[in-house]
Amino acid sequence: MSLTTDIDYGTPASTSEKLVTLTIDGMRVSVPEGTSIMRAAMEVGNKIPKLCATDMLDAFGSCRLCLVEIEGRNGTPASCTTPVAEGIVVKTQTERLKQIRKGVMELYISDHPLDCLTCSANGDCELQEMAGVVGLREVRYGYDGENHTKMGKDESNPYFTYEKSKCIVCNRCVRACEEVQGTFALTISGRGFDSRVSPGMDENFLTSECVSCGACVQSCPTATLNEKAMFDIGTPEHAVVTTCAYCGVGCAFKAEMRGDELVRMVPYKDGKANRGHSCVKGRFAYGYASHKDRILKPMIRSSIHEPWKEVSYEEAIQYAASEFKRIQEKYGKRAVGGITSSRCTNEETYLVQKLIRGGFGNNNVDTCARVCHSPTGYGLSQTYGTSAGTQDFDSVEKADVVLIIGANPTDGHPVFGSRLKKRLRGGAKLIVIDPRRTDIVRSPHVEAAYHLALKPGTNVAMVTALAHVIVTEGLVNEAFVRERCDWDDFQEWAAFVADARHSPESVEKYTQVPAEQVRKAARLYATGGNGAIYYGLGVTEHSQGSTTVMAIANLAMATGNIGREGVGVNPLRGQNNVQGSCDMGSFPHELPGYRHISDDATRAAFEAMWGVHLDDEPGLRIPNMFDAAVEGTYKGMYVQGEDILQSDPDTKHVSAGLAALECLVVQDLFLNETANYAHVFLPGCTFLEKDGTFTNAERRIQRVRKVMAPKNGYADWEVTLMLADAMGFKMDYAHPSEIMDEIAALTPAFTGVSYQKLEELGSVQWPCNEKAPTGTPVMHIDGFVRGKGKFMLTEYVPTDERTGPRFPLLLTTGRILSQYNVGAQTRRTANVAWHPEDVLEIHPHDAENRGIRDGDVVKLESRSGATSLKAVISERVAPGVVYTTFHHPVTQANVVTTDFSDWATNCPEYKVTAVQVSPSNGPTPWQEEYEDLSKKSRRIAVEAAE
Amino acid sequence: MSHSTAEKLVYMANQIATAFAQQQHTAAVDATRTHIRKFWDPRMRAKIAEHVAAGGEGLSPVAKEALEGLPPVKAA
Repeated sequence: MSLTTDIDYGTPASTSEKLVTLTIDGMRVSVPEGTSIMRAAMEVGNKIPKLCATDMLDAFGSCRLCLVEIEGRNGTPASCTTPVAEGIVVKTQTERLKQIRKGVMELYISDHPLDCLTCSANGDCELQEMAGVVGLREVRYGYDGENHTKMGKDESNPYFTYEKSKCIVCNRCVRACEEVQGTFALTISGRGFDSRVSPGMDENFLTSECVSCGACVQSCPTATLNEKAMFDIGTPEHAVVTTCAYCGVGCAFKAEMRGDELVRMVPYKDGKANRGHSCVKGRFAYGYASHKDRILKPMIRSSIHEPWKEVSYEEAIQYAASEFKRIQEKYGKRAVGGITSSRCTNEETYLVQKLIRGGFGNNNVDTCARVCHSPTGYGLSQTYGTSAGTQDFDSVEKADVVLIIGANPTDGHPVFGSRLKKRLRGGAKLIVIDPRRTDIVRSPHVEAAYHLALKPGTNVAMVTALAHVIVTEGLVNEAFVRERCDWDDFQEWAAFVADARHSPESVEKYTQVPAEQVRKAARLYATGGNGAIYYGLGVTEHSQGSTTVMAIANLAMATGNIGREGVGVNPLRGQNNVQGSCDMGSFPHELPGYRHISDDATRAAFEAMWGVHLDDEPGLRIPNMFDAAVEGTYKGMYVQGEDILQSDPDTKHVSAGLAALECLVVQDLFLNETANYAHVFLPGCTFLEKDGTFTNAERRIQRVRKVMAPKNGYADWEVTLMLADAMGFKMDYAHPSEIMDEIAALTPAFTGVSYQKLEELGSVQWPCNEKAPTGTPVMHIDGFVRGKGKFMLTEYVPTDERTGPRFPLLLTTGRILSQYNVGAQTRRTANVAWHPEDVLEIHPHDAENRGIRDGDVVKLESRSGATSLKAVISERVAPGVVYTTFHHPVTQANVVTTDFSDWATNCPEYKVTAVQVSPSNGPTPWQEEYEDLSKKSRRIAVEAAE
Repeated sequence: MSHSTAEKLVYMANQIATAFAQQQHTAAVDATRTHIRKFWDPRMRAKIAEHVAAGGEGLSPVAKEALEGLPPVKAA
């Protein structure tokens, strides 16, 4: 293995289809019109010296190293800013150019610290490389000039340093922050000799607006901005391309290694989801993999009141299997089940559902998608016939109008958020439907045309009102609807939405959004060109989550915004493999490929392959599991890689369900909150320690590659095999590729997927089969998967979770950029520097009415329970609305949320909870009791020395 | 919402029936029944069947009619 060095073409590729032919150093080359001479030269293998240019950024033309000569033209133009032209003859290496470049390099070096041997970028420095490339052998100005080392370092950021003396003012970091990330946190301060990169006005990096995406570090040609790991470990010597294990964007990274030590994660330019960009989590927050809290040995205990006892894998597995068998013997076959993980690989989730269906003999398998995007699966399958988003991420570059509903992409899906912001800066219009003023509503050079700040819980009223405007104002794309959709259904739907009760004026009393704003937004979406809808959990996590998904699907069909680039319906998936875990048959009612368990032919195919009889009845969904456990009919559960106690709503009910289990097996990296109620703990391994695949929000299947041995001894899939074996359900696989082969053999949309194909193509988007051998970036191009698109009636039904005198405010929950889900990973990294605790955002009016000041500890109470946390006074939330995150178990935000759920899927209604907020002087009784339970439950017995 | 199983199932069945309420009565009843048959596990269906047999208190007319026509749950 070696370092996977990306070719840097110096400037971005041109998208023109027209070719231009020129001659460079005697070689004829044809390139797309608009290509720079620098890039054209690189196409024929001539690497023109450069410092300020990189193909991730637009050309800037400041370093003057990349000069060339063009026959018939005066001067020495910069090759990065000069586009190719038909017939020109270019020379990249002449005596004049050599002398100019040497002179330029001499100036750069004259005030640069010459501490190359001890510099953190030694061996990874473009300035050093260019000195060699141009043949710099002496500096006529001497070596005693000002080297600026007294300016010191900014080490405030936990992951990288800013060493001012190394800055050559190439502007690459500033441009990366602007063009790639879109944050505009950096600038060049000072003039002349004093010019330096500056985060903000006069702040350090940590306190500035920098979001630590790493784009500046990646673009820096010197050691000015450099990973701290490069100081501590040294330069890497080999790299493995893998896929990030955080959000559903699915960024490809090069894990750069020295031996089996991970030096750094560098975003992979050929990654088709991220195109070389990253966020603070994927780029830097991998320290949890080697955190001291990791549990590396299996443990068992007969009661949750006892300390854990470390045992061998064999003993733990045998204990778990014997308990599951005992429970089934005593309470029946359907008294046990399990939960697959959206953080684990496709192959692992496939195996867990296979174990439950084949080894446990029932269909009590569910996945955390139940509590996030299950309404997407239901809603899109009803309307379009498939349970997935319609586009790839590249599609956003062709969008003219972007409608974001209940999503916060700059925090939840930051790399896509950056791509979206780039398109918005390029001229696309933005509509945001969200109770909060999220960053995308207004950030540097981005401003939503309309922010419809609706009251939480009124999505259906809002989206149906948009449809009302589109139908009643004659904005329907009738040609599309007639050709592609069921016309009778459409007519029924059109009459339904046209009713006056769905008008923006009528629903204003629910949504609290001025009708005229809604009308204007509807007109813009319907008439503004390519309209693309992106939505998140603010859509799905409601009692009408599935209805809103269908309402969104209706909008796209009615306006013809489906089936081509730049349009579509795009669910932004929360966790890295939510899409994959759903694809792999993790839902209790369907086998891999979204086929219902009652379908005899499908079941027969799996029975033949697995050699076992399958139950034809749907199993329990996660909330139903807790109910059944409390009721006493559900007694044993295997949970892989999820922390349901912290992530699921109505914590007291969840804990009651878990406490009622006679055998809970938790497989995880850490003793998470769920493990407080577990009897068997099986150590998990990180994405760095195993092979497999993840499927991101755009249906893209990408490889996860093992870069180090599992610290706990086994990959997660191997542990599941052991448990299956102990249950008497033998599963034989030597490598995850064999599991994927089985998936492909049984799943129509995956028949063309194999590890070999993933090696060849890098990634594929399902469906990948005979009809689409290289995958399907955009779905429903010639027709919907279900045939004709189906319009669904979407009546607004107010949630039963209502505000009143006791609970007058509405709580909505979400997440923040630096933390991920329950925080199990990110809390064990330096990301806590940005978000050390959950806080409650409250509007100034609501705070003042309650005598609450910024930073006060407050009690947040609902009908379900109460917690305490710090208040942050903010106008991001409207009066009457409060907001918090659920990243910290100390807060247990879900002790407040209720068990109201989506009518179709039981996806919990996290986004609407009636609450009261009051001053507090400390933790609530629940928090104190839970802390006590946690401490006791996490005891590990130490064996006495002999 | 109540954590009592029967009350919760009644609530859920009514939610489903309400979601299909805009359809013609027969279609709404069929859709409600199909949804419950497709997504509820046998114990939940058996439990709600017991409730229907006992009079079906709290069920909306569409939910009740849908559940009255629900096929009996097979033994495991």
